[in-house]
Amino acid sequence: MEHAQTYGLVAEFESPTALVQAAHKAREAGFRKMDAYSPMPIEELHEALGLPQTKLPFIVLCGGAIGALAGYGLEYWASTIAYPFNIGGRPLHSWPSFIVPAFETTILFSALAAVLGMILLNGLPMPYHPVFNAKRFAMASRDRFFLCIESGDPKFHQTETRRFLESLGPREVNDVER
Amino acid sequence: MSDTAVTTPAGGGREQQAAYLAPGHSFSTVTDKISSIVLTQKISLGWLLSLGVSASLAGLLFVSVGYLFVKGIGIWGNNIPVGWAFDITNFVWWIGIGHAGTLISAILLLLRQQWRTSINRFAEAMTLFAVACAGMFPLIHVGRPWLAYWLMPIPNTMGMWPQFRSPLIWDVFAVSTYATVSLLFWYVGLIPDLATLRDRTPSKLGRVIYGIFALGWRGSAMHWHRYETAYLLLAGLATPLVVSVHTVVSFDFAVSVVPGWHTTVFPPYFVAGAIYSGFAMVLTLSIPIRAIYGLQDFITMKHLNVMAKVMLATGLIVAYGYSIEAFMAWYSGNHYERFMMLNRMTGPYWWAYWGLILTNVLIPQLLWFKRCRTNVVVLWCLSIVINVGMWLERFVIIVTSLHRDFLPSSWGMYSPSFWDWATYIGTIGLFLTLLLLFLRFLPMISIFEMRTMVPAARVEGRKH
Repeated sequence: MEHAQTYGLVAEFESPTALVQAAHKAREAGFRKMDAYSPMPIEELHEALGLPQTKLPFIVLCGGAIGALAGYGLEYWASTIAYPFNIGGRPLHSWPSFIVPAFETTILFSALAAVLGMILLNGLPMPYHPVFNAKRFAMASRDRFFLCIESGDPKFHQTETRRFLESLGPREVNDVER
Repeated sequence: MSDTAVTTPAGGGREQQAAYLAPGHSFSTVTDKISSIVLTQKISLGWLLSLGVSASLAGLLFVSVGYLFVKGIGIWGNNIPVGWAFDITNFVWWIGIGHAGTLISAILLLLRQQWRTSINRFAEAMTLFAVACAGMFPLIHVGRPWLAYWLMPIPNTMGMWPQFRSPLIWDVFAVSTYATVSLLFWYVGLIPDLATLRDRTPSKLGRVIYGIFALGWRGSAMHWHRYETAYLLLAGLATPLVVSVHTVVSFDFAVSVVPGWHTTVFPPYFVAGAIYSGFAMVLTLSIPIRAIYGLQDFITMKHLNVMAKVMLATGLIVAYGYSIEAFMAWYSGNHYERFMMLNRMTGPYWWAYWGLILTNVLIPQLLWFKRCRTNVVVLWCLSIVINVGMWLERFVIIVTSLHRDFLPSSWGMYSPSFWDWATYIGTIGLFLTLLLLFLRFLPMISIFEMRTMVPAARVEGRKH
């Protein structure tokens, strides 16, 4: 392939507004395989890039359901089957008492699902990524905003895409080596 | 930057944002200012001295606990009938302090209170360290701490399982979940800032260590989207959790039959008390920290004022709790309840009860006055007074209820031993040691969230 050596082209902007506008224009121009990098979350960027909604809430719901069932199941099994014990004449299946630990395990499993789900769906930990090779990319965690059009995009062309990115008014455009 | 310059009247969203961040800041100044504390500032003599003192106190904790393990809890003043004393007082005090951190990071996030941004990181760290101190007390109080794992539902050769009908087991679940979720919340909040430190640190070792914990964060748009979703969900989960934790702590008392403990008002009044003491601790810590590290631009007078108002409100709820306790003791017509209340007020521990009323109810009424809320010295002193008051509250509830219950023949007295004090002061040392290390090695203010407070962070033009 022509662009085997490049991961893509990255344009550097100085404000979130410029980045969001650039992302809109790039999408209107037909680019699809691109990503934006910013030092803080930008709500509008998600829509501008046409990114899908995350499945994370569903994963967290499943985590919570498993936590509730596992917690309550453990209590039921331990108190009625594995270690039945008469405490002040209360029934072995003392469900009102069991709600409290089951509530806590629900929260615990949901929280673990949220954090692990977020990290794994994001493909992290990933210490190496080609975009780190881009010049000045360290500024993406400080005060600069980057739009990267990847060479995997069908419309990608080394010189024309560079010209397109330069037309968006970036501070500079750089190659991203693999 | 003078403090008066940032008190703009509350208005629309942007004016409010500006008031919580001094004007003139950009993405880079916010980043550089906060990260420089960790990356470029030299270790100061004051920090080293503070660390030395706190670490020595933490050493005292290790000595106390070591001696405890050798001799058993007979080294404390605990006895029968006062089987719970300093240990549980300290447990509840510490865990209550932790609650403000979760309140600030989770509940205020859901309520879109932007002022939380500059204090949440450090309040969450405070939560973690307070929970670490709290969790130690029940474990060392069990008498044979090497058997403390019996509290956990772990399959064992004895075929025994925990007693799930007991509030003490509920507490194990609540506190361990709380510790875990607080750690997750804090760590997730740190990931983008760790990436900033990774990219900015001049030291190679720092780059490797921060890099490992940053997990290769690169600020991709889709990552931020999932990140924000996860963060919001965590806040939604931590909110009922934090309420449940102090509720369960209050169940440790309320589910029993001891007069003075067996009260339905306990859960809400404990939760309010927890927030009260937690905000007091946030102020106790943040007032000196903002002065020492020059963070008046980020933790403004407006923040301190708002926190003082939260203290005033929760303090009033707590005061209501005290009055209802006294009222119900009289109104119930229950002989033992009535005696318990009279004994609290006029018995051998009268000084603790009236000290509590003085420090937790009367003196904090100064917070009604704006001049007190905006004077950092007065506010700091008030926060210390409230910390003392909340400690006394737990002491009063635990010791005065236990020392004279139903049968006069089983009455007794409790007085703390040297080791009680040593253990308590030791946990303060441990807490401060952890906090000082945190201030030195991690950004104490969330950098990425502060960037969103910069006026330029708002995307102009397109509506969304």
